[in-house]
Amino acid sequence: MTTRVSAPKHATAPVAVLVAGAAALAFALAGCSGGSGGSGQTAGASSSTDEKPVSGGNLTFALSSELGCIDPQQVGNNDDIAIARQTVASLTTQDPKTGDIKPWLSSSWKVNTDASSFTFTLRAGATYSDGTPIDAESVKQNFEGIQALGAKATLGSTYLSGLKDVQVVDPRTVQVDFNGPSAQFLQATSTFSLGLVSDASTKLSVADRCAGKFAGSGPFTVKSFTPQSEAVLAKRDRYDWGSSTNAHTSEAYLDSVTFKVVPEASTLTGSLSSGQIDASADVQVTDLPQFDGNGFWVLNRTNPGVVYNLYLNAKTPAFADQSVRQAISKAIDRKAEAKLLTQWDKPATSVLSSSTPYWTDESSLLMQDVTGAKRLLDDDGWKVGGDGIREKDGQKLSFKLVYWQPSNDELQLVQQELKAIGIDLQLKQTTIADATATNNGTQALSWGNLTRADPDVVRTVFSARGTQNNNHRAAEPVDDLLDQQAATTDAKARQKLVDQATQQLIKEAWSIPVYQLSTTIAASEKVHDLKFEASSRLDFYDAWLSN
Amino acid sequence: MLRYLARRLLQGVFVLWAAYTLSFLILFTLPGDAATVAAAGGGDAGSVDPKLVEQLRHEYGLDQPLWLQYLRALGRALHGDFGSNPQTGQPALHEVTQVLPNTLGLAAAALLLAVVVGFLLATLSTFPRASWLRQTLGALPPLGAAVPVFWIGLLLLQWFSFHLRWFPSLGDQGFRSLVLPAVTLAVPTGAYIAQLLSRSLRLTLGRPYIEQVRAKGAGEARVHFAHALRNAVLPTLTMVGVLIGNLLAGTVVTETVFSRTGVGRLVVQAVGDRDLPVVQVVVVFAALVFVVSSLAVDLVYPLIDRRIVLGRAAAIA
Repeated sequence: MTTRVSAPKHATAPVAVLVAGAAALAFALAGCSGGSGGSGQTAGASSSTDEKPVSGGNLTFALSSELGCIDPQQVGNNDDIAIARQTVASLTTQDPKTGDIKPWLSSSWKVNTDASSFTFTLRAGATYSDGTPIDAESVKQNFEGIQALGAKATLGSTYLSGLKDVQVVDPRTVQVDFNGPSAQFLQATSTFSLGLVSDASTKLSVADRCAGKFAGSGPFTVKSFTPQSEAVLAKRDRYDWGSSTNAHTSEAYLDSVTFKVVPEASTLTGSLSSGQIDASADVQVTDLPQFDGNGFWVLNRTNPGVVYNLYLNAKTPAFADQSVRQAISKAIDRKAEAKLLTQWDKPATSVLSSSTPYWTDESSLLMQDVTGAKRLLDDDGWKVGGDGIREKDGQKLSFKLVYWQPSNDELQLVQQELKAIGIDLQLKQTTIADATATNNGTQALSWGNLTRADPDVVRTVFSARGTQNNNHRAAEPVDDLLDQQAATTDAKARQKLVDQATQQLIKEAWSIPVYQLSTTIAASEKVHDLKFEASSRLDFYDAWLSN
Repeated sequence: MLRYLARRLLQGVFVLWAAYTLSFLILFTLPGDAATVAAAGGGDAGSVDPKLVEQLRHEYGLDQPLWLQYLRALGRALHGDFGSNPQTGQPALHEVTQVLPNTLGLAAAALLLAVVVGFLLATLSTFPRASWLRQTLGALPPLGAAVPVFWIGLLLLQWFSFHLRWFPSLGDQGFRSLVLPAVTLAVPTGAYIAQLLSRSLRLTLGRPYIEQVRAKGAGEARVHFAHALRNAVLPTLTMVGVLIGNLLAGTVVTETVFSRTGVGRLVVQAVGDRDLPVVQVVVVFAALVFVVSSLAVDLVYPLIDRRIVLGRAAAIA
């Protein structure tokens, strides 16, 4: 790494050397100060925000997976979301610090007591990038359009499930009614999935929408989109409805953002360190330390939602046995798991990650206890066989896990820990297509997480009455708790229900949390205020480049 | 001659059909389909709603019997419609033709480089008097063929892009972005040409007629270029079809390492996404290139060696 220091023209040579030395010292200090950890949600050596933002410039941001569809209402892939999020504004916004829902395109809203009817009052003066106004009628068109997209709107259609109808009360008031309680809907209105596009855009073909030909409501518009490789977003002139959780409300500071796909990890690292790209959230964990200081900064945030879990299938005879499930959970050392991640990652402490609203620290229920695990299995009659694997009535505790996530190291640690208590876990990493097709309910166990900044995500993943039902369970009392939290708007009452449900899922070991997913931005020093929003999606609106 | 051409064209059509059908069947034997991939969202939805998969499968027409899907797809393909990417709705043919010029440009630059370097190395390794020089030059091609392409790419990037900053590490705009990928891709192909050509040059140089040419007083240069090379080049020419195939395969790695858009990278993504239409367009295209280049090579033979007559079996003993 070369550090260029331009000394004043009149300075003599020794002064120049001194300046260079001081600069080097400053860099070294910056390197030391990084990584001291933060509030638990965000950490890392961020760029200082004392300077006043300046407008202009293009930020080049690298993504690692090929670009598919960048329509915010259809998108599901993390890298595509990074682009889509910037093109739309939402009815509400979520405070990344508190998880509270705050005004954006709606200045206020009302929710009825059982969370089945929501009335939004829209702010005046906001428009889509094709010039049409953002009014109640267009909100109706959007929500009905998402329903019509059906399964293609992978996230949005689930947020709107049970939608009865959308009524235009007056041009600035819209009422959304559900068939039953849907407390999650308010948070859903803050997501990109329910972000608003113009009426004409809701009628475009799926292909045109995916290719970014829609007119959005956000601070950036799609200037060009090349499938696979590149997307360029341009600042929208006269945008002045920035969300209440951002640092400013007028036009974005950046003139444009260029997203480039760099599939090879070492090319990405080299391109960032040699200044050919400005920032990325896809730098490999092992390469991150070199960007902590040295003219760069990193920012890490835990993704909200359900943490990475082992889902045991209730239809597997051994896992119908609660002792076996509990023994597996007790065998896992979650602190050791976190050490395999970045230096800023913290161990999993509940079903929900620590950055999720309504999260409560349940780490006392998730301590490693190898002797306790062995005792549970011994007492239950599982005897260690000649090969070190426990068995009972000719049935062996030997299972195979098929997964596609980049969790090799973390799962290999689980494999060793389970081996120590006499359980054999075979691991097979494969493609998304292969893993998704294999894990169709016939496998003994599966692996996954789900990002969402609302506790209702627990119901989505675990409820026996839901469509995912990852444990393939029959309904139990915990499902009533999950349904009740979905119908409760009072924060205290909902907190109590969420706590009870998560504790029960952990105690019965239906949920076996292993580690929290996090996202880490690595950026050059000239990039400022590139942030995470509440769902740990990237937010370029406040970002700016120093000259 | 016309009958020969007609027979070759018919064979070509058969090869294209076989490539189309095999790629269809192979992709169907892989677990998972476009619907499961779309439902998984590619991101963090580790768990997939089975109802959603069923619904998408219906929308994509993947719930139809296999033979019906095949016949329909084949019927459309005969009219030039290979179907659309199920997730983005873009026509597959358009997706491929959009990035094809990039790949062709890269492959052409690499082929040119490989041919020049390959010929140079082959002749130089048989030409000099000093045996140490011959041996050193002769050792280069096996080395070039043995080193993996991605490693060469990363090494070149490390030095010429990240360290010296002479060339960009990403993208496909302009000549400068073409240099490193073309060199990367040319190394194994050039090495292969050099190996083949130097072996057959050495063989040819040992033939009695070369002795006669030398006895007549011809210099080494004349012996090499006027007499030996022309005969020695035939076995290498035979391999041109295979070499072009290798080049296209090499673009997969090269385009990924250098973040270039292109057919190689597109097809890897398409296989992962179970995007059958795009895979089939690329496979059929690759088969077409193979058919055309083999035919072209066969037509060129008689121009180089007058003893070869097309369409007659066992023309040379």
